[in-house]
Amino acid sequence: MKSAMKSATKSLRAMFTRGRTVVIGTPYAWLLVFFLLPFLIVLKISVSEMDGVRFKDVLTFADGLMQLTLKFSNYVFITQDDLYFKTYWSSLIYAASTTFFCLLIGYPFAYFMARAKPRLQPALLMLVMLPFWTSFLLRVYAWKGLLSENGWVADVLTFLRIDHLLLAGGLIPALDRYMNSPFSLVLGMTYTYLPFMILPLYGNLAKMDLRLLEAAQDLGATAFTAFWKVTVPLSKAGIIAGSMLVFIPCVGEFVIPELLGGPQTLMIGRVLWDEFFSNNDWPMASTVAVVMIVLILVPLAIFNRYQAQAQELRR
Amino acid sequence: MSAATPTRAAAPAAPPFLQIQDVVKDFGGGAVAVNHVSIDIAKGEIFALLGSSGCGKTTLLRMLAGFETPTSGRIVLEGRDIAGMAPYDRPFNMMFQSYALFPHLTVFENIAFGLKRDGMPKDQIAARVEAMLKLVQLGKYAQRKPHQLSGGQQQRVALARSLAKSPQMLLLDEPLGALDKKLREETQIELVNIIEGVGVTCVMVTHDQEEAMTMATRIAVMSEGRVLQVGPPSEIYETPATRFVADFIGNVNMMEGTLTKDWPDHVIISCADCTHYVGHGITGTEGMAVGVAVRPEKIELSRTEPAGEHSPHNKVRGTVKDLSYFGSFTVYHLQLASGAVLKVSESNVARHRDEQLTWGDTAWAHWAPTAQVVLTQ
Repeated sequence: MKSAMKSATKSLRAMFTRGRTVVIGTPYAWLLVFFLLPFLIVLKISVSEMDGVRFKDVLTFADGLMQLTLKFSNYVFITQDDLYFKTYWSSLIYAASTTFFCLLIGYPFAYFMARAKPRLQPALLMLVMLPFWTSFLLRVYAWKGLLSENGWVADVLTFLRIDHLLLAGGLIPALDRYMNSPFSLVLGMTYTYLPFMILPLYGNLAKMDLRLLEAAQDLGATAFTAFWKVTVPLSKAGIIAGSMLVFIPCVGEFVIPELLGGPQTLMIGRVLWDEFFSNNDWPMASTVAVVMIVLILVPLAIFNRYQAQAQELRR
Repeated sequence: MSAATPTRAAAPAAPPFLQIQDVVKDFGGGAVAVNHVSIDIAKGEIFALLGSSGCGKTTLLRMLAGFETPTSGRIVLEGRDIAGMAPYDRPFNMMFQSYALFPHLTVFENIAFGLKRDGMPKDQIAARVEAMLKLVQLGKYAQRKPHQLSGGQQQRVALARSLAKSPQMLLLDEPLGALDKKLREETQIELVNIIEGVGVTCVMVTHDQEEAMTMATRIAVMSEGRVLQVGPPSEIYETPATRFVADFIGNVNMMEGTLTKDWPDHVIISCADCTHYVGHGITGTEGMAVGVAVRPEKIELSRTEPAGEHSPHNKVRGTVKDLSYFGSFTVYHLQLASGAVLKVSESNVARHRDEQLTWGDTAWAHWAPTAQVVLTQ
């Protein structure tokens, strides 16, 4: 009887251990199948040689000779043609500016949401998410009209003489011309990605213990100092999470540059499109993609390291 | 009847350091949080605001700190009205109930926070923080983050932080509320020693009467936004002014009765189960309704009817309905003839007593003619 119970608990425990493995293993399996594997395929294509419309095998075995053929000419080409370098660089710049503007608009937005009456907060949260109910394509396309020569946003900007400012900064091609410019591109991306900045920031700021601000004021800090010395440092995790959520997809963004950016704004997403669909050069396209992933992985790694640190802090 | 209000401990001789004058705080929506409160606090005092939750004590403390502005009334610090002054301009520092330590700063930086706001030079800040850490015996923990400290250590960091700027007044919001019982008792004494060592005037808020009794020099008992009684702990305990205070502080047996005889040196009060001979100087009109409060530890028990000098007064017979053993003392619940229950606490002087009363035993309770407090309010 006793041994039966013992074996029962043993098998039960084994089941739990197995259950835990399944729970932990599922996301890893998911990432393996849908992220790592496709990436390896893309990596393989990037070093493959074209044989007409097919790829030559990277690894061949014939007559007792195993041959690994890796064609790095695409990578070499990327470093030599400065169009790619420029495109990567401008993609990063556009993504960084978008992140900056999202933070600039999103932080006060999230802050006031988090400090609003608890009764109002769900409604405000709803308003942030409301744009997702309309097609993303439609919303971006709408900006085309708003910013075109007789669009009312364009009219307001011209009336306020903001076009002079933008032209001086080289952000628009001419006075009263807003479309197909770095301005329209960053505006469109900021508009689209703003919720991704607001939501993690709101989550972070809403959790903040307001007594810390009282403590800061009690110790002689004005409301402004308390904000800079307490609120901002404590929302660092939210700022980083929001920035990553905006920056990473922005680097590879294709639709918004296509619709709002025009031919002058270089973005890596459009180069990718061209390599795939215009040039039909899959190895080149894959190479561009691999380099882009590496470029994005660096900030992501920094982010993850920070997250791990923050987690350790909380323990 | 003027229930002889005993001679109040003389009001602090020095001119009041802080005066709370007729302060009202109305948040709107019915109840008034603080209702016409006036308190004088002397320099160097540890003053406790005692009351159950929602009595307005925390609101009053927050008005002292500057987080709330009084609806009306004045808060005067050494002759200057500070009621409208911003919290960051006040020479007061507060130790928060949950400590409110900045989680992103080290212990050192937490204590230095207020000093930096004053623009103190770096080397002076370091010296001051060192001194504070030494004061609370946390020298080794300067570089730790708050979450790496135990509750007791966090409490000491919070104390060091609130004392670092040498405030004119230290405000404590439930200073020991977050600690467990054993640690709380140790910390009470330590906290008082530190505060007295520094010599800072201190106002604390607590719902724990033991905490208020052990730590404070004077206590204000609050209920529903009003101050019911102000006085040293022993005065509040031994001569409560109202039924509420008598009941709120410690245990008490409240008996309602009427004054039947008024003699020059004593009065006789008749209650449902017994009659009281009250020997200390009170007087009143015969037939008036009064309350008689007797603390459980002032009553003695015996198996046989006691033949005291004031017989047949000041004694009552009952059966032991319940007894709670606390180790150092035992509380007996005596069921009286009217059905009322009389609580009697006996200290357990001997280890084993043969005549120990137990459930169902009949016993006589009796008390001295000075044991009662007669209350009209």
